[in-house]
Amino acid sequence: MGDGAIRTTGIRKSYGAVEVLKGIDVSVPAGSVFGLLGPNGAGKTTFVRILSALVRPDAGTALVAGHDVLREPRAVRSAISLTGQFAAVDELQTGFENLAMIGRLRRMSRPAARRRAAALLERFDLADAGRRTVKTYSGGMRRRLDLAMSLVTGPPVIFLDEPTTGLDPRSRQEVWAAVRELAAGGSTIFLTTQYLEEADQLADKIMMIDRGAVVAEGTADELKWQLEGERVSLVFADGASYEIGVAELGGGGSSTVERRSVEVATDGSAEQVRQLLDRMDKVGASVDKVSIHQPSLDDVFLALTLGRTR
Amino acid sequence: MTAAYWAVDNSLTLIGRSLRISVRNTEALLMAVALPVLLMLVFVYIFGGAINTGTAYINYVVPGIVILCAGFGSSTTAVSVANDMVNGIIDRFRSLPIVGSAVLTGHVVASVARNMVAMVLVLGVALLLGWRPSAGPVQWLAAIGMLALFMVAISWLAAALGLLFKTVDAAGGATFAVTFLPYLSSAFVPVDTMPSWLRPIAEHQPITPAVETVRGLLMGTPIGSSWWQAVGWFGAITVAAFVAAAVLFKRRTA
Repeated sequence: MGDGAIRTTGIRKSYGAVEVLKGIDVSVPAGSVFGLLGPNGAGKTTFVRILSALVRPDAGTALVAGHDVLREPRAVRSAISLTGQFAAVDELQTGFENLAMIGRLRRMSRPAARRRAAALLERFDLADAGRRTVKTYSGGMRRRLDLAMSLVTGPPVIFLDEPTTGLDPRSRQEVWAAVRELAAGGSTIFLTTQYLEEADQLADKIMMIDRGAVVAEGTADELKWQLEGERVSLVFADGASYEIGVAELGGGGSSTVERRSVEVATDGSAEQVRQLLDRMDKVGASVDKVSIHQPSLDDVFLALTLGRTR
Repeated sequence: MTAAYWAVDNSLTLIGRSLRISVRNTEALLMAVALPVLLMLVFVYIFGGAINTGTAYINYVVPGIVILCAGFGSSTTAVSVANDMVNGIIDRFRSLPIVGSAVLTGHVVASVARNMVAMVLVLGVALLLGWRPSAGPVQWLAAIGMLALFMVAISWLAAALGLLFKTVDAAGGATFAVTFLPYLSSAFVPVDTMPSWLRPIAEHQPITPAVETVRGLLMGTPIGSSWWQAVGWFGAITVAAFVAAAVLFKRRTA
């Protein structure tokens, strides 16, 4: 058990006949960044809404910051902040007013809420825009304000539901920087995303879910290891060499005629690659190019989710 | 500090929010302030000449205009509530340790404030146009109280409609009934000029007693049983709409 910031066992939720979550167990240590990864409709948002005491699960238990979401929803809400999929900010209030309002609602005095708003605008690089209505902000600025609003009272657990969905690459980088800063401040961050790169970049531990069930769990590297190691790809100089090479390797690789290339599993060692090239040399297949691929999280993800479809 | 203290403090914060947003929402502000004045001019100068009420038309129509404008204002309220529900800010509020429905209180209070401003404006313009009420201070207070009750009732009704409909546009359209009902009352023409089959409807819908009460208080026309009918109607509508809004809010955010 320990003092994990978030612990769930067997969380289930159905809407009508649709089973959205089919028993999710999660354990997130305090101070870490946890990435919940999955395609649209996987159940990510429902899970976050259960953990933030907005939706009641049909079955299972969930402890957030030491409080049971079913029995002590108010205590949970005091200990968390939630940043949803759409930047939940008031367009017709200024950045400063949005932040000060949240401070007041979180029971800060008026002067304290104002000081905090000013400090957060500074920290999220919005000081100049603080007196303008949010209507005039760019997508990245809105998201940063959205994150800042989550931090008004520095809650120990922060939920970010798809924080960069719909942002351009530059704004995404800005949001990532903001998330890293939060993590450096010692908060526990529970992040959902459909971008593997985002989970890879930000999360200490990743859980992949698909259609309400867990398909894989681990660090980014552990997940990449789950897909059989690395592959070496050989591109032959001409058609004849390609034919000879494919014949020599037998069924041992996957080949592409158009590109005259063959992919073979490897452990990535120089020795193994040298042996492979020697073998090609012996049979007279002339190799033009050699490259080694590490599987990306995308490969893992596709392999796992496609496997389930079949 | 006690929970009650913070409940009030949170409500005040959210009322401040809704008021700030009201002032900056130029479209809605125009709806709440310019439209009433325009309608007043239209009724007094265009329709008024053709309507025989036994008195100068402006002396007849003022209470109706105030009520009609509050009806228009209700669509802004429904839209603001619906907007909060769809754009995700409601989840932010609900993930705070506050009573979620304080958000609705904010909208309703801002709605009544907008309508009050519109009312003052309409009454001011009416005075400039030659309206001469006969009311003393007590009657004035009673008339404003009646109008305030009406505004509170339809503001809660608008909040409930904003929660009932899933899109912002539908919520705005749903307040149509509130803006249409005044035409089917004694607000603009005496009920006895309507066809006989329409008269019972006009006489027994809530707007007519409210209009008759305000007119009676301000102009000295007979009130009779209108005042308690109006208070009954709009008291009941307030309670029903408040309960409906609370139930719908729970359901929408479950």
